[in-house]
Amino acid sequence: MMKKYWCLLGLFVVVTAHADLNITISGGQVAPQPIAVVPFQTAPGAEFDVAQIVQDDLASSGLFKPLDRKDMLEKPSQPGQVNYRNWQVLGINDIAIGQQRPANGGVAVRFYLLDTMRQQQLLGYDMPAAPKDQLRYVAHRIADLIYEKLTGTPGYFDTQIAYIEGHGLGDKRKFKLIICDSDGRYPRVIAASGEPLMSPAWSPDRKKLAFVGYHRGRSAIFVDTLATGQLHKMTDAPGINGAPAWSPDGRLLAVALSAGRGNTNLYVINTATGQRHQLTSGTAINTEPDFSPDGRTIAFTSDRGGTPQVYTIPVGGGAATRITFQGKQNLRPRYAPDGKTLAVVNQDGGQYRIGVMPVSGGPLRIITDGPLDEGPSFAPNGNVLIYEKRTSNGTDLATVTIDGRVNRVLRSSSDVQDPAWSPYIQ
Amino acid sequence: MIRSTRKVAVLVMAVAAFAMAGCASHGAKTGAETQPVAQDSGINTNANAGQSGVDANALQQAAEQSHSIYFALDSSDIDAQYQAVVSNWAKYLLAVPGAQVQVQGNTDERGTRAYNQALGERRATAVQAALEAQGVPAAQVSTTSFGKERPVCAQHAESCWSQNRRADLIRQ
Repeated sequence: MMKKYWCLLGLFVVVTAHADLNITISGGQVAPQPIAVVPFQTAPGAEFDVAQIVQDDLASSGLFKPLDRKDMLEKPSQPGQVNYRNWQVLGINDIAIGQQRPANGGVAVRFYLLDTMRQQQLLGYDMPAAPKDQLRYVAHRIADLIYEKLTGTPGYFDTQIAYIEGHGLGDKRKFKLIICDSDGRYPRVIAASGEPLMSPAWSPDRKKLAFVGYHRGRSAIFVDTLATGQLHKMTDAPGINGAPAWSPDGRLLAVALSAGRGNTNLYVINTATGQRHQLTSGTAINTEPDFSPDGRTIAFTSDRGGTPQVYTIPVGGGAATRITFQGKQNLRPRYAPDGKTLAVVNQDGGQYRIGVMPVSGGPLRIITDGPLDEGPSFAPNGNVLIYEKRTSNGTDLATVTIDGRVNRVLRSSSDVQDPAWSPYIQ
Repeated sequence: MIRSTRKVAVLVMAVAAFAMAGCASHGAKTGAETQPVAQDSGINTNANAGQSGVDANALQQAAEQSHSIYFALDSSDIDAQYQAVVSNWAKYLLAVPGAQVQVQGNTDERGTRAYNQALGERRATAVQAALEAQGVPAAQVSTTSFGKERPVCAQHAESCWSQNRRADLIRQ
């Protein structure tokens, strides 16, 4: 499985070099936890700064404050070399140390996480050998393991983000569908078009990406198989084809179609047979579907009550239930991976902000500042959301922890919008 | 500059392939009953011939001179000031039965992308209905929506938003 993933990435190396997203972190009312990631001891032929990526990942979460390398009193690479007092005096509770050596034509990394107060080993792993150009993913996996050990929640660093880049105005505006690593690096262009690209959606196995594209003004929903670049057109009904969302088993795609008559309704398409059934009807707008993690329910946006609000409906059909009542409008629901929390876009007093609420209904907690925030997408650990944020210079991507404490901005010289956080590799 | 990737070529090819597949299956369905007239049969048809005395070019120019209709916030009602735009296009489409127009709905940047795609479609179909009300056959008018994806003005203010809430009529 792992091997396949490396191959997939290797394919995109040659596709295009694109500018990284620049990241700034802010917020964090609670002091981040001190940690030290010591540069890993590197045998000749295994040079690559794995520890730096681990350190950057942990810092980017806002939950950790890594010690500056120049402030380290020693640089051990094995547990037996550690003088715990050297870390205790600096107030460092946890240190990560490791070694890199050439193996199987690539590099093997061994690392340890140590508790300096109890003088105990918390983690010790031999990571499988990987080619040098894939060591960044070994580093992300190490950061995931450390994050999980110290927070109790799985990490989200070895994941990817799909988004749309837009540049220009009116019918001169150019669009790219891009995938980058969770740290904003290594972006590769999946598709480019002189007409809008919208609504990227990861298949649950992370092997495919559904998205909306246009050709001579006509919209269609495409599914791109990432490993091969093979493109399949799912639907191109008259009018709009929008808002694709995968069922948790990857067999169904919920979409919004107007069928050329102005009423946008939800349909569920069987991706294997192309067979579709209509889920909503009437003259209202029904769009932005999202499957619950148990696959039984779809949450969506509808203006059937006069203003856009979030409703749920059984996947097999039935009555829709309104579940949002706070503020003026609520749109674009997204289920958290545990199925208990819903993220929505809330509009109140002209301010569009991201809120989270219990799926069962109940109070909405606003976690971003506005004024034009939208498009929330959960990291697969459920603790962080990525969303898009309008600024005076255009559109940026931003992440926020679901407690609203830590914010991170991912910025490019173009508009970056419509983010979708990938699932884990299976 | 290398702009297009292998994927783009695939996208274009896939679109073309599906378009062709659509034609092929359509042809197969009706092929048994109808025989297409050969392109070089020597017979020239003129879609405008039945409208003698009407200058189709002038009508087309009049229509295309003004091809945008602007909307109020959260509205798909066509304001009276745009009746002339609608009737110029209706006159042209009625005079040239072979002509096709695509009505493209657009919105301002407020609200979510997919919801705006649906809102834009409402505006496009409102214009489509207005054309049909003037007798234009439904087959000559198609609709699409770009939602808020193609703003003509980028500032975050009503002065821009009012320019972005529009439907464009584009001759196909």
